[in-house]
Amino acid sequence: MAQLLAVLIDGLIYSSWLFIIAVGLTLIYGVMKILNIAHGSLYALGAYSAASLAGYWIKQGYPPMGSYAVMLVAAILVGLIAGPVIERGLLRFMYGKDEIVLVLVTYAVFLILEDFVKLVWGVDPYFIAQPYGLLGSFDIGDLTYPNYNLVLFGAAVFIGVVLAWVLTKTRQGKMLLAVIHDREMSGAMGINVGRVYFITFTVGAMLGALGGALTAPMISVQPGIGAETIVLAFAVVVIGGLGSLPGAALAALLVGIVRAAAVHYRPELDLFSIYLVMAVVLIMRPKGLFSAQEARKI
Amino acid sequence: MNRDPTLPILVAVSVILLAAGPFLPRWAMFLINVSLCYGIVVLGMMLLMRTGVVSFGHGLYYCLGAYAAGTLDQVCKISDMAVMLVAAVIVTALASAALGLLLRKYRDIFFAMLSLAFSMILYGLLVKTSSLGSSDGFNIAATKIAGFTVAGTSVERYVRYALTVVCAFAAGAFMYRYLNSHMGRLAEAIRDNELRVEYMGASVRNVIHVNYMISAVLAGVGGALAAIAVGHIDPEMAYWTTSGEFVFVGILSGTSSILAPFLGAFIFETIRSFAYEYSPNTWQMALGITMLVVIMFLPGGLWSLFTRKRKAA
Repeated sequence: MAQLLAVLIDGLIYSSWLFIIAVGLTLIYGVMKILNIAHGSLYALGAYSAASLAGYWIKQGYPPMGSYAVMLVAAILVGLIAGPVIERGLLRFMYGKDEIVLVLVTYAVFLILEDFVKLVWGVDPYFIAQPYGLLGSFDIGDLTYPNYNLVLFGAAVFIGVVLAWVLTKTRQGKMLLAVIHDREMSGAMGINVGRVYFITFTVGAMLGALGGALTAPMISVQPGIGAETIVLAFAVVVIGGLGSLPGAALAALLVGIVRAAAVHYRPELDLFSIYLVMAVVLIMRPKGLFSAQEARKI
Repeated sequence: MNRDPTLPILVAVSVILLAAGPFLPRWAMFLINVSLCYGIVVLGMMLLMRTGVVSFGHGLYYCLGAYAAGTLDQVCKISDMAVMLVAAVIVTALASAALGLLLRKYRDIFFAMLSLAFSMILYGLLVKTSSLGSSDGFNIAATKIAGFTVAGTSVERYVRYALTVVCAFAAGAFMYRYLNSHMGRLAEAIRDNELRVEYMGASVRNVIHVNYMISAVLAGVGGALAAIAVGHIDPEMAYWTTSGEFVFVGILSGTSSILAPFLGAFIFETIRSFAYEYSPNTWQMALGITMLVVIMFLPGGLWSLFTRKRKAA
């Protein structure tokens, strides 16, 4: 019983994390039809800048509680700089090409940013563990969890709710849905599609960086974390149905619980379980859980 | 009628490589050996790309081929290169026949992602299999070929090298024949318009399945040969970045000639070995920039430089 509870809690925590890293990816795909491999690098950039800025903050002896704000600022900065540079500088010349070519373009960006990270931060790992323990911890049964996990859970719910609200209730969101539905027609109706793309990509980049920043206190920030994370985010997004927000949430929950169960009962199946879920879902529903039917074009 | 020089070039290069082998310095021999292994894998990628699907999971078969060879040595104590190659072919053919049944229904991103999932499943399994060395992998020793023991440094090296050259030649010649066959010609038609191919009475799924199997077997052979050449294997061969590299070299080479993948792989491996030496932290960046340049300015790959010139003349 206690173990079942532990699986549920671990699963929920892991799901929150998965949702945070995957939501920007699904947003960008939904609007721009780009499966952005570079999302992994944005995650890494977010993690590195959060780790070094928050580390600096704490070393200077400023109030440690402020490190959370610093991490948030770091993520937003990364998104605001990297997003526009990638979108304006490169991707906008690529619109209209095959989806698979766009995947390769973002793969190239991923490779470039991987080395950029190494050049700026070096290859040694960064540790910034203070924010993780700072909030104390809570007990359930005889299990102890750091309160930081609640932050993670809260952030996931907050991001999901805000995005859903913006998409369905605001004027900007409705314009975005129109662009998703029919890019050319909405352009003809006077929506500035280029600007919608620009904003979407920047927000998506920010979400990726935020995922990294929130993760930084829990891991050792080192080269390779981007490559590790992006395939997990892929799995979540593809399971949920590319471009679907509720799909990503459900998929994160599914994968999170399955992996937690695997870790508790059959630890050797840890990584295996995630991709097994992905393969099974794709076999049952070839385009993911939440996906629209498409007409075949001749 | 224009005579196609592909086959004579293939024969000539293979003969030259075989003859020059004993006189090559060790590093050059190794470089050629490894890039030919890579070229065999990319040859399979090229076939898939011609069919209009991109696999982000061919590391699966690369790794499977290598592990088939390695397990023979490690577990069954068989260290015959020929047996290892046959094992790699059988294992990858069976695996791709099974997975192909699923993958043949998918296109575009879903094909890429599902194949990626399969390769990551293998990666996840191997990392946790302590009897096969977990994430460290293990060393393999291939000391025999078709029953003859060749252990002894320089002879052994040349035999490995010659085996790779012969396999690369066979793979290239096979692919040349295949692409000019009925099935092979359907590939590009599918890329251009799948529905019309079906209207004309061909089964798109069958062609994709067969091409997928061929490319998988080639990846397995490449993996086994690489394992024999390098002498060490690890699960990283199934990681998605390995598959990404195959796609990269495929794009770099272009799909218009069977010689392109070998040229592309040779350039790639040469740059890699020098970049590792002189600037290990910027080499991926160079790759990324090259890839962007190729996608933007040379959509047909490096090989289109040759064909364009010939057309102009």
